[in-house]
Order: sequence, then structure tokens, then C-alpha cells
Amino acid sequence: MSASKELSDRIQSHRSYLVRYASIHLRDSSTAEDAVQETLLAALTGATGFEGRANLRTWLTGILKHKIVDAIRRSSREVSLDAVAEADASEFDALFDAREHWVEHPARWSDPDSALEQQQFFEVLEQCLQRLSPNAYRVFTLREHLGEEMDAICKELGISRSNCGVLLYRARMALQECLNANWFGK
Amino acid sequence: MSLTCKEVSRLISEGLDQDLPVERQALLRAHLAICRGCDSLRERLAFLRRAMGKVAERDDSDES
Repeated sequence: MSASKELSDRIQSHRSYLVRYASIHLRDSSTAEDAVQETLLAALTGATGFEGRANLRTWLTGILKHKIVDAIRRSSREVSLDAVAEADASEFDALFDAREHWVEHPARWSDPDSALEQQQFFEVLEQCLQRLSPNAYRVFTLREHLGEEMDAICKELGISRSNCGVLLYRARMALQECLNANWFGK
Repeated sequence: MSLTCKEVSRLISEGLDQDLPVERQALLRAHLAICRGCDSLRERLAFLRRAMGKVAERDDSDES
């Protein structure tokens, strides 16, 4: 059964939110648009699935998450295996000396949680995320934004656990460096 | 055998995704107790997780 006019309008009204949400995970805007389109279509044709659910946006976002995962899975097949194989940790060699000790000790950030109250901090974080390599970005957002388990992510993307771990490590190291340089100051 | 800072940085990240074997955990704790740099990194990555949790929360809560 498809949606009533009223429900259909309500579903459409969340479109821009969904596009924004999809854009966080799918950097290519046409891929993000496609995922949202598929979501709206699925919602409009399967609206009975919504009945009485807590919240329309939450329900739509749930559908969208699946579409995003599908899109990531499709695009990761297009990523050459070399791109994943290149995922070693050597790019952080500059941080460590020959004995693998810090060249410069990371300093403690003072009161980092106060940043979580500031809109501007999230803009900086988003910019830092955008600088990650596409593979590191996918793995990291699946893990830390969508909260998926590591095993599920490796399986979805068809990469080994160790590559998955290296990509997460890379993403985290790059992000903490980026936040340090652009928000927390030296 | 003790760990290098680079190895510790990897373990801190791994520990965010899976339970580490007990003896690795012990080595990690021993290192963190004496190395401020690595302990700061641990705090930074824990904060990064909180920040990403907050991003997800903000997405879910900005209902119109």
C-alpha cells in the first residue's frame, strides 16, 4: 500500500535533511541524491512500515542508512585493490623517530568537551573529515558515525580486518592531528 | 617486552574496535602509566569518539 497524500508530503518535507545526512557519508553529491531518492521511493511505497513508529525522520534515516551502506559497497568495488593495499601506517612515520618514540609528544587538550557545545567546532571536524582519503573516510564514518561493528564493516567493504584496522588508525591519527592544528591550537 | 610509542598508538586505536588480548592490555597500561604523549593520544582519540557520537546525536535530534 502506498502513502496517503498527507504522509507523502510529510516524507518529502524531510528531503533536505536526508540529503545533508547522505552527503556526510557519500562525498559524491549525485550518489547522495540517488541514495535519498531510493529512500523516498522505498518510504512512499512501503509506508505501512511506518505506522505508529516513534518518529518519521528516524524511520527515514534508518532506511537511508541501508541505502548509504549499499552505495558505499558499490563504490568500494570500484576502488582498486591497490588503493586498499596502500593502506599501511607509514604516512605517520614523521610523528615517530627511528626508535618509534614520539618526535614531539602530543600535548593534552584542555577541556576538550567544551568544544562539543560549539557549532564552529563541528564545522572544523567536518572539514577534517573531508580531508581523509576516501577509504579511510568510509571506514571511519561507518564505525564512528553510524556505529557499526568492525566485523560488519570489513565484510561490507570486502576488506581484511587488518586493512580495516589500518584505515581506522589512519583516520583517527589524521583527525586528531587536524583538530589539534585547527581547533585546539598547538 | 615493552612497546614503542608507535606500537602503542596502534593498540589504542585497535582497543576502540575490539577487546585486546589480556597481556597486550597489561603492556598498554604499563606504557600509558609512564608515557604522557601516548596517554594524551589516548585521551584525544577517546574525545574523537565522543565528538562523533555527538555528530550522530545532532543529526537525530535536529527534528523540524
